[in-house]
Amino acid sequence: MRLIIAYIQPHMLNSVKEELYKAEVYKISVTNSLGCGQQKGYTESYRGVAIEVNLLKKTRIEIAVNEDFVQPTIDAIIAGAHTGEIGDGKIFVLPLDTVIRIRSGEEGSAAIG
Amino acid sequence: MGKTVLRRLGGVTVLLFITSSLSAEGMMVEEMLRFEQAFDMIWLILAAALVFLMQAGFAMVEAGLTRAKNAGNIMMKNLMDFSAGSVAYWAVGWALMYGASAAGLIGTDQFFLAGADGIVYRDWMFQVVFAATAATIVSGAMAERTKFTGYIIYSVVISALIYPISGHWIWNGGWLAERGFHDFAGSTVVHSVGAWSALVGAYVLGPRRGKYLRKNGEVSVKAIPGHNMPLAALGVFLLWFGWYGFNAGSTLSGTDPTIAHVAVTTTLAASAGAIGAMSASWAGFGKPDLSMSLNGALAGLVGITAGTWVVNPPGSLIIGLVSGVLVVLAVEFIDKVLHIDDPVGAVSVHGVCGAWGTLAVGLFADGVNDPGITGLFYGGGTDQLLIQLLGIGAVLLWVLATAGILFGVLKSMGLLRVTEKEELMGLDVGEHGMESYSGFQIFSNM
Repeated sequence: MRLIIAYIQPHMLNSVKEELYKAEVYKISVTNSLGCGQQKGYTESYRGVAIEVNLLKKTRIEIAVNEDFVQPTIDAIIAGAHTGEIGDGKIFVLPLDTVIRIRSGEEGSAAIG
Repeated sequence: MGKTVLRRLGGVTVLLFITSSLSAEGMMVEEMLRFEQAFDMIWLILAAALVFLMQAGFAMVEAGLTRAKNAGNIMMKNLMDFSAGSVAYWAVGWALMYGASAAGLIGTDQFFLAGADGIVYRDWMFQVVFAATAATIVSGAMAERTKFTGYIIYSVVISALIYPISGHWIWNGGWLAERGFHDFAGSTVVHSVGAWSALVGAYVLGPRRGKYLRKNGEVSVKAIPGHNMPLAALGVFLLWFGWYGFNAGSTLSGTDPTIAHVAVTTTLAASAGAIGAMSASWAGFGKPDLSMSLNGALAGLVGITAGTWVVNPPGSLIIGLVSGVLVVLAVEFIDKVLHIDDPVGAVSVHGVCGAWGTLAVGLFADGVNDPGITGLFYGGGTDQLLIQLLGIGAVLLWVLATAGILFGVLKSMGLLRVTEKEELMGLDVGEHGMESYSGFQIFSNM
């Protein structure tokens, strides 16, 4: 089992969700986050004065999957979030010890699906 | 001889008496006229200020019913359609609308308000806020995807050309007025003109990304919820407030006792509109829908605007009620059948209900305030109804044609729609380089 964490552009969330749906990955957690990577921020202006915006708005996606879904999930996130420009985001894949479904007490792979 | 002198003297005194009483009466009349003019001046400038506040109403309604990432762009559009539009109406619009008529089709003098006096200034002030109302209706229907430059060009054209010319036909003794077409405060002149432009604009522009998804030849309609319902409600209350200037001010006289009649019919129609839309949405969707009920109040107001002076209170109630139901059906039809994306329902409120209200004059006019206008339900036959239909049709064709050319040209020049990426990120950042809610964690991920 793996936990896939991805940071993407907020406005790409919809197309990522669409791609995941196509890949039959229906379970997802989404949170809004602020962060900074290679993109380093951008400039806004307020009443003619430039403002450096360092922490960019990003959207964080978490998906726990069984081994055979790892690659399809990664492919789907890339397909939905890729524009080729700096700021498209990153995907982290972590090993996952166990999963427990609170309602039934199921554990492991059975609790993921 | 004594007698004749006496007679003569008597004749002189009588004459003196007559002349002196005449001049006293003359002075009275003059004095009354001065008061009347003063009342007119105060009432029209006050009413103009009330109608101006409707700009704030439109801005709040549109911002509330759209997403946070575009709110600043909507404020900018509402600010600029008035600012650019009022300059255009001063330079050209007023002259085409209220200048000396050429064949009842178009005005020909008073460009840049040349030769104007206090009375003309007063009338211009009252009219410019109406022109701005017509212009600003379009902003909502084209929200969240229109290029700012294209929008400014559109604002100038509608205020300088499209609105004044059809307005001349109806409000300055043009060919429709001659045939007896009645539109008291502008269901057609103002609201339909704005709404038909909005319809063409929204159609040429295309829907917002993600609004209509095509899959296997079938279109699924998605909702894109507005970000602030209290703001939308505030906007509707402001519009309702301003409407008392819009309708009651259109008596054009501060001493006219029918001002109150107009205010009463306006109030009843707005209330009935809200009730009608609430009932229709409750019956149709299972819950009384807030945004539809808000649209319903506006629909009632638009509906009564044409007939407010010639219909009685029960008539206004029915007009409002029908408007309220109609607006719900029209929103559904435009969204789910025509697939034209109108985020705030501007075409349904101002176009469909504007046409209905104009038509309703031919049904509900009771012939009391104006014996010359009697509707079908009060024994007037179908004469007025047919003239109302002619007016609705003529203005519809005029606006579809001119707005079609305008938006077609803007589109072909690439000035109409923002890029897909900008639409996704929001027009606040894309068009103006700023955010509306800086410091709040609002994300443009929907």
